[in-house]
Amino acid sequence: MTTESVRDVAAGRLQSADYLANFADLHAPMTPHEAIVEADRCYFCYDAPCMNACPTTIDIPLFIREIAAGNADGAAKTILSQNIMGGMCARVCPTETLCEEVCVRETAEGKPVRIGELQRYATDHLMERHTAHPFKRAAQTGKRVAVVGAGPAGMACAHRLARFGHDVTIFEARPKAGGLNEYGIAAYKTPGDFAQRELDFILEIGGITVKNETALGRDVTLEALSDEFDAIFLGMGLGGVNDLGLEGDDAEGCIDAVKYIADLRQAKDKAALSIGRRVVVIGGGMTAVDIAIQSRLLGAEDVTICYRRGREAMNASEYEQELAQTNGVTIRPHLMPKLLERGADGAITGIVLEYGEAGPDGKLVGTGETLALPADQVFKAIGQSPVTETLSNAGIELEAHRIKVSDEGRTSHPKIWAGGDCVRRDDDLTVVAVDHGQRAAQSIHAALSR
Amino acid sequence: MGMVDLSSDFCGIKSPNPFWLASAPPTDKAYNVERAFEAGWGGVVWKTLGSEGPPVVNVNGPRYGAIHGADRRLLGLNNIELITDRDLETNLREIAEVKKRWPDRAIVVSIMVPCEEEAWKAILPRVEETGADGIELNFGCPHGMSERGMGSAVGQVPEYIEMVTRWCKTYSSQPVIVKLTPNITDIRKPARAAKAGGADAVSLINTINSITSVNLDFFAPEPTIDGKGSHGGYCGPAVKPIALSMVSEIARDPDTRGLPISGIGGVTTWRDAAEFIALGCGSVQVCTAAMTYGFKIVQEMTAGLAEWMETKGYETLDNFMGLAVPNVTDWQYLNLNYVTKAHIDQDLCIKCGRCHIACEDTSHQAITSMVDGVRHFEVMNEECVGCNLCVEVCPVTDCITMEEMVEGTDPRTGKPIRHDYANWTTHPNNPAAMEAAE
Repeated sequence: MTTESVRDVAAGRLQSADYLANFADLHAPMTPHEAIVEADRCYFCYDAPCMNACPTTIDIPLFIREIAAGNADGAAKTILSQNIMGGMCARVCPTETLCEEVCVRETAEGKPVRIGELQRYATDHLMERHTAHPFKRAAQTGKRVAVVGAGPAGMACAHRLARFGHDVTIFEARPKAGGLNEYGIAAYKTPGDFAQRELDFILEIGGITVKNETALGRDVTLEALSDEFDAIFLGMGLGGVNDLGLEGDDAEGCIDAVKYIADLRQAKDKAALSIGRRVVVIGGGMTAVDIAIQSRLLGAEDVTICYRRGREAMNASEYEQELAQTNGVTIRPHLMPKLLERGADGAITGIVLEYGEAGPDGKLVGTGETLALPADQVFKAIGQSPVTETLSNAGIELEAHRIKVSDEGRTSHPKIWAGGDCVRRDDDLTVVAVDHGQRAAQSIHAALSR
Repeated sequence: MGMVDLSSDFCGIKSPNPFWLASAPPTDKAYNVERAFEAGWGGVVWKTLGSEGPPVVNVNGPRYGAIHGADRRLLGLNNIELITDRDLETNLREIAEVKKRWPDRAIVVSIMVPCEEEAWKAILPRVEETGADGIELNFGCPHGMSERGMGSAVGQVPEYIEMVTRWCKTYSSQPVIVKLTPNITDIRKPARAAKAGGADAVSLINTINSITSVNLDFFAPEPTIDGKGSHGGYCGPAVKPIALSMVSEIARDPDTRGLPISGIGGVTTWRDAAEFIALGCGSVQVCTAAMTYGFKIVQEMTAGLAEWMETKGYETLDNFMGLAVPNVTDWQYLNLNYVTKAHIDQDLCIKCGRCHIACEDTSHQAITSMVDGVRHFEVMNEECVGCNLCVEVCPVTDCITMEEMVEGTDPRTGKPIRHDYANWTTHPNNPAAMEAAE
């Protein structure tokens, strides 16, 4: 199908000052006064719901009490001892569905203690002022562990292993370490090159070597790693974005949102990025919200998220959905992609979607009614596909296209552990990946200590 | 609110409401006092005057220290300021001028001169000439002046109190209020001495010896003056319980019962004032609340007191003055047959768990934390001694209440609820009671 409309995709839609303002910090950091006032609101609950809601079980009441008592660095140590990426998690955690959702102040007043911002205050305080890394390594054990992937799971695992005295080598496929912290998270959530600063902070522990541009299956094999190292942790995340399964999936203007965000994160000058005047995003998770908002921030005029089910089923939290809407993004639920419209040159000019509803068995069915939306770009944000060939060949059991692991992160291979997005467990959140990495490190340490 | 009359007649000193500013920095000059009257204060006690001659000097470093609650709410204030450091003549002239301009307001003049008859004989006529309504003898200031044999140094010796009070009654025709220091072991002794000396009233409490904090860089008390600190006088909301207790002791002492009392100590809202009046005070004096928020707070105080009196049907202060005095008693007379149990309103509970951990760690293990795998806080009556700790640590007003058991059996003791009154004096576990029974 072709249409007559003229595609409008352009770079440099805004003045340079606008780019700086648009991609500045989402929340300004708390001032010391704000932090003290907010910390005073914490009730220091017993068996605190916030702490139980945190995937890394940070002792939230304790660190907030430490802030209130004028010991921000002590607060940071309380945080980092449970979650070495406490700084990044403070920026990217969907706190509104984790710690802050269950805060008793939410129950009492509808206004939770701003735990995420307080966590950022404490971790920033320490990271900006510390002279020595807050953790010491145990005596070296002589054991060597290979970590595949320098994302949150891999880095957290490596840090914990290094603390135990093991030596760690990290193999990272990309030019820079950091994983989704560096390539995936929305730019306005982690400005000021925070991902790399946090990475440097983590590496201060010592005993960790990072080999960038070294991909599993391309540059190293699991067999070789298995021979050389005492244990292996796999934390390589997921592969490319899933296709829509429509003709034109690879057409000009039909774009992998994860890849686009990676380019955006790496772009020194945001004005160099081409963005459509009219953008449609397909998906309902954080990636969909991130690409939609950032499209607006790059100057797209009309941005619509289309999601196949109802808004309540979206993986993006209510807060994230509201953030999208305040940034001028339209969210349209119950719409399933049906047809990609292309111009004479084959490039995307629009998308036709079919209204959907839950059938008698709960499965989604089309109503037959359709909606055509003109679009200069269609972003695909409907989940990432795992790269699993090399793994199943190495005898690692999979489950629903991801690696099957035990609670402590063990795979079916006795020397291999795994965590983060590549495993079949929990939500795909930074904080969950950190938890996986740290748990696996405990388990590896126990195994190596036998 | 037409029904309610807030006016006060305190040992002959009349004011349109019972709220006076205490003798302190807010009442040191005509400028401040007139601002206070404009704001609605019923009276002031002018900041303490000293003898004729060169005035005292204050430190030029910090004079105040404080204790803060959440959000830096000021709970306790400490000061090391002395009596007025302005010339006596200036103060006397301003007092006369202000009294002339504000005839309906009470102006009481605080005085502190050496413990010699001549010194008092000299200053009293000068004060009387101003037209002020009365005098208050500062026997309470615990810092600086006490080192020179004045202030609390006099207030700690009942014989001196009686002697000086008698001089004042001899050389002045004005009402004499004796201001008492709390830095003693038994507040009834100085009160009795004041009465014996002919005092028309007492006022209390003056400030309490205090060091609010220690500077951990200089290792010196705050406020720190060039590396050193000295104890100051403590006041503000934190001292109100101490003041209420001392006021009640004087109000119920057979020797001083009926002696007018001006209540001082942490009065911050109308409710605090009502409590002091219920314990027998005829007026209240305020300082810290004004120093924290400014003079406007009196508007809340007068409106709140009038509103509450209207609700209760009290037309004048006399209607409820002293009503709480008969209910202040000794522990030994408390009814041991009165049984209460804490009750948690599950609809109001926000599940912070503080009641549980307070009870579990520090008291009687009487509150659940988990029921059927769910966080749930509920009182176990078979363990609850009715201590009230959970009520006090709960962040939600009225979520936990103490409920009286009116019938049945106390599941903790297994004893039936009794409706008669029994106290420690007759309890079998009391050795003295057993002796009496033998």
